[in-house]
Amino acid sequence: MTTTFGSLSRVPASAALPGYRLTLGPETPLKLDCGVELTPCTLAYQTYGRLNADKTNAVLVCHALTGDQYVAEVHPVTGKLGWWEMMVGPGKPIDTGRYFVICVNVLGGCMGSSGPREADPKTGKPYGLAFPIITIGDMVEAQLRVVRHLGIERLFAVTGGSMGAMQVLQWASRHPEKVFAAIPIAGAARHSAQNIAFHEVGRQAIMADPEWRGGDYANQDTSPTRGLAVARMAAHITYLSESALHRKFGRNLQDREQLSYGFEADFQVESYLRHQGITFVDRFDANSYLYITRAMDYFDLAAEHGGVLANAFRGTTCRFCLISFTSDWLFPTRESRAIVHALNAVAADVSFVEIKSDKGHDAFLLDEPEFHAVLNGFLGGSAELAGIKAP
Amino acid sequence: MTRNGLIRPDLQLVADMIEDGARVLDVGCGDGALLEHLKRDKRAVGRGIELSQAGVNACVGRGLSVVQGDADTDLPDYPTAAFDYAILSQTLQATENPKGVLSELARIARHAIVSFPNFGHWRVRWTVVAHGRMPVTQALAYEWWDTPNIHLCTIRDFLRLAETLGVAIVEGWALDGGGRPLPARVTSRWANLVASQAIFKLRRA
Repeated sequence: MTTTFGSLSRVPASAALPGYRLTLGPETPLKLDCGVELTPCTLAYQTYGRLNADKTNAVLVCHALTGDQYVAEVHPVTGKLGWWEMMVGPGKPIDTGRYFVICVNVLGGCMGSSGPREADPKTGKPYGLAFPIITIGDMVEAQLRVVRHLGIERLFAVTGGSMGAMQVLQWASRHPEKVFAAIPIAGAARHSAQNIAFHEVGRQAIMADPEWRGGDYANQDTSPTRGLAVARMAAHITYLSESALHRKFGRNLQDREQLSYGFEADFQVESYLRHQGITFVDRFDANSYLYITRAMDYFDLAAEHGGVLANAFRGTTCRFCLISFTSDWLFPTRESRAIVHALNAVAADVSFVEIKSDKGHDAFLLDEPEFHAVLNGFLGGSAELAGIKAP
Repeated sequence: MTRNGLIRPDLQLVADMIEDGARVLDVGCGDGALLEHLKRDKRAVGRGIELSQAGVNACVGRGLSVVQGDADTDLPDYPTAAFDYAILSQTLQATENPKGVLSELARIARHAIVSFPNFGHWRVRWTVVAHGRMPVTQALAYEWWDTPNIHLCTIRDFLRLAETLGVAIVEGWALDGGGRPLPARVTSRWANLVASQAIFKLRRA
């Protein structure tokens, strides 16, 4: 599937992106929560390590809102290291010498999986807003197709941070028999009003950009890069913490000795945010941002189970390990604790660790030795129980 | 837990009360020494609750299933009879609501195993009566101003509470300061005088 419509979008055409593709044809359509049957449906994924003979060592990594399947390799667009290079690799906590790691670009994404920037088979042109609304549940069903395609009956572990944690919880709730260990990191069982509010600011920034063109920019040779950059800037603040911002930038000035008495980026923190915004548009599609933030907003695991979160996990045989970070105010510890309470209520096998860090929500992507030690220990203990041999 | 598999004598006593393959909740599990011992020697299905984050992280890092939590607030989450054993080792006297905690332990598990320092020990009584001072002993190793122990009791006090809650004593031991059993019937006045600590296996009557 290619996009050859000469849009100004700076994200490379998906056909040019490396990695595996699974395309679901009309005989195996993906039935979405909104009622639409998506076909054809393409899922782009990467794998690391080797699947063992009895296919018991697979770890599914679920990426966050702006992440993708390039977990532990040089990113084909940015040229930077993979987003979880610190966690996934030989000898790392998710040891690719022991486990077979899979990561699927989420449905609605823009790194090769079906999403608003891919061609609508009805028109041959990019979907734009004609792409159906997707949910966290839809993302999980799409991942399940990839897992089945690889011949895997049960995943040894499913893990991910932030939106990735939502997918982990959805997996454990919908398909407990297919998950041995579930590790939701810096997540929540529902998106809070404050988080929906932040997402709405981002979406409005995109939609207020005249180049957005009602979502049809790909067909009109424009691109709402300014709106998307502002969305990214606002969101990026929520991924940090006040103390981390202060430690990094304070009130330091950027390349100048005194204030400009104007609206240039006087402060380092402004310059940093502008950089975050500008570089983001080179690797992310504005409509994808709308669709994926919406999927997160819609996520409410308790609501799917009569308003009682414990019902989402009744009778579960999964081993859970929840991890949160002290300075994360986007997905604060109390959200993880609410899930722990629900799991205790069904006497599930659960571990819960809060890691001390001043790095905010992004701590799950960063060098936090205690976090890595905990994940390593939990996975090691689980592998022993599951009978997966040490490398 | 030491390398050769030995654990504190009082924890060994706890382990001896538990049958193979039991489902166990260790409330206040510390660094997980008892849970690990039960997992290896008794093939127990163990869970832990621990207040200190350092303790929790150590436990999870060694592969045990432990949550950060508080005996006073988190026990009501668990369903009735979810475990075969709920263990509360040297923690009852540090809880806000010992009565509520004991009653919850008896609800969520078939058996509760509870150990605590005995405030009726002669040395404790002597320190208060003869010296007019708060006791600092092997089993009560804190000054009054930094002790986490806010609800101390004697063995007889504990027996009274158990009776009030309708919790039956299945077995019990009077222990010395090192956690070794003493040759005294735990329910006797003599035990209440000579035991530094006590341990009981309880069940709902």
